[in-house]
Amino acid sequence: MSFINYLSREINCKLVYYGPGLCGKTANLQYIYNKTNPGARGKMISLATETERTLFFDFLPLALGEIRGFKTRFHLYTVPGQVFYDASRKLILKGVDGVVFVADSQIARMEANMESLENLRTNLAEQGYSLDSMPFVIQYNKRDMPGVAPVEELRQMLNPNNAPEFEAVAPTGVGVFDTLKAVAKLVLTELKKAGG
Amino acid sequence: MAEPQMVMYAEEFHQIQGIVDSLVKSSNASVVFIIDKNGQLIAASGDSEHIDTTSLASLTAGNIAATGGMAKLLREREFTTQFHEGEKANIHIQLVDNRVILVVIFDKKTSLGLVRLRVKKSSESLGEIFQVLATKAQGSGQTPFAEITDDDIDNLFND
Ligand SMILES: Nc1nc2c(ncn2[C@@H]2O[C@H](COP(=O)(O)OP(=O)(O)OP(=O)(O)O)[C@@H](O)[C@H]2O)c(=O)[nH]1
Ligand SMILES: [Mg+2]
Repeated sequence: MSFINYLSREINCKLVYYGPGLCGKTANLQYIYNKTNPGARGKMISLATETERTLFFDFLPLALGEIRGFKTRFHLYTVPGQVFYDASRKLILKGVDGVVFVADSQIARMEANMESLENLRTNLAEQGYSLDSMPFVIQYNKRDMPGVAPVEELRQMLNPNNAPEFEAVAPTGVGVFDTLKAVAKLVLTELKKAGG
Repeated sequence: MAEPQMVMYAEEFHQIQGIVDSLVKSSNASVVFIIDKNGQLIAASGDSEHIDTTSLASLTAGNIAATGGMAKLLREREFTTQFHEGEKANIHIQLVDNRVILVVIFDKKTSLGLVRLRVKKSSESLGEIFQVLATKAQGSGQTPFAEITDDDIDNLFND
């Protein structure tokens, strides 16, 4: 649920990075944080376990610039990927404007990807959203690892509806900003539709 | 969309800011702020320059979301009030109309009793304003983004 402030002329949108445990959601936000000019971002908050697994969420506020005199701000969140944190994932999805599904390209993680994507659909549906009709992009991460599935295979399994897709290596930034821009663009386009 | 769009206009903003400003004074608090349930900051007053309100807003929203989740599991209605006591700073969190969250940070200069009392009063007025805003948002169906072009969106990323 975006928030339009006519007074301060700001528009705030919420983006959520979803995906199985260890797929690289937090790594995406960390890279964005490190590469964004400090004036355009706030603090990154990570509520994590001692072993750096996300416990509740990561949060990163970004200011992208102005459109027609309105400052556009994006709040980026990651969910905890571990299966048993489902209650927390549902909470973080509340009010979401756009979703990035980060898939782990390793063949060994294929089942975890499919399970997580199914879980995303279920949790969105509980809130009355459908993945097929909302801003959604998919990222095939960990392309640098040995034993990754070919992209065509990932596409077949995870992206039957041809959402915008990107190959990525999150810690080095490959594909990270392309992914972010694509989802931000879809969210803004959606707002435009809503107003038209 | 499952949730209605949240909007803020000058008229209501000034009313809200007025309530927040007077709450700081009447409760003798250090900082007061209002956020929506998604963690977007709506208004702040008091000594808010020295604290990271954006971060606090998102954590408070997460906190309210988590306790809301607990309430559901216990078949309770939302827990509408939370209070955390620190050595120097205390924080009082109030869910208003299940829509926005009123946060008061205070120290020894005042008491929990007074804060509670003033928060209660302010919540009622805030509830009414946000009700008006919700109605307005539904009625408008118009966003400033209706007229943007694909180029506008692309330009945002060309820096
Ligand atoms: N080689 C390689 N390692 C990666 C890549 N993306 C993430 N990693 C590493 O994988 C580990 C897990 O990454 P995180 O970003 O913490 O994973 P996550 O999706 O946030 O995991 P949860 O918080 O448990 O849901 C970290 O050690 C990352 O550095 C990648 O593209 N290539
Ligand atoms: Mg994580």
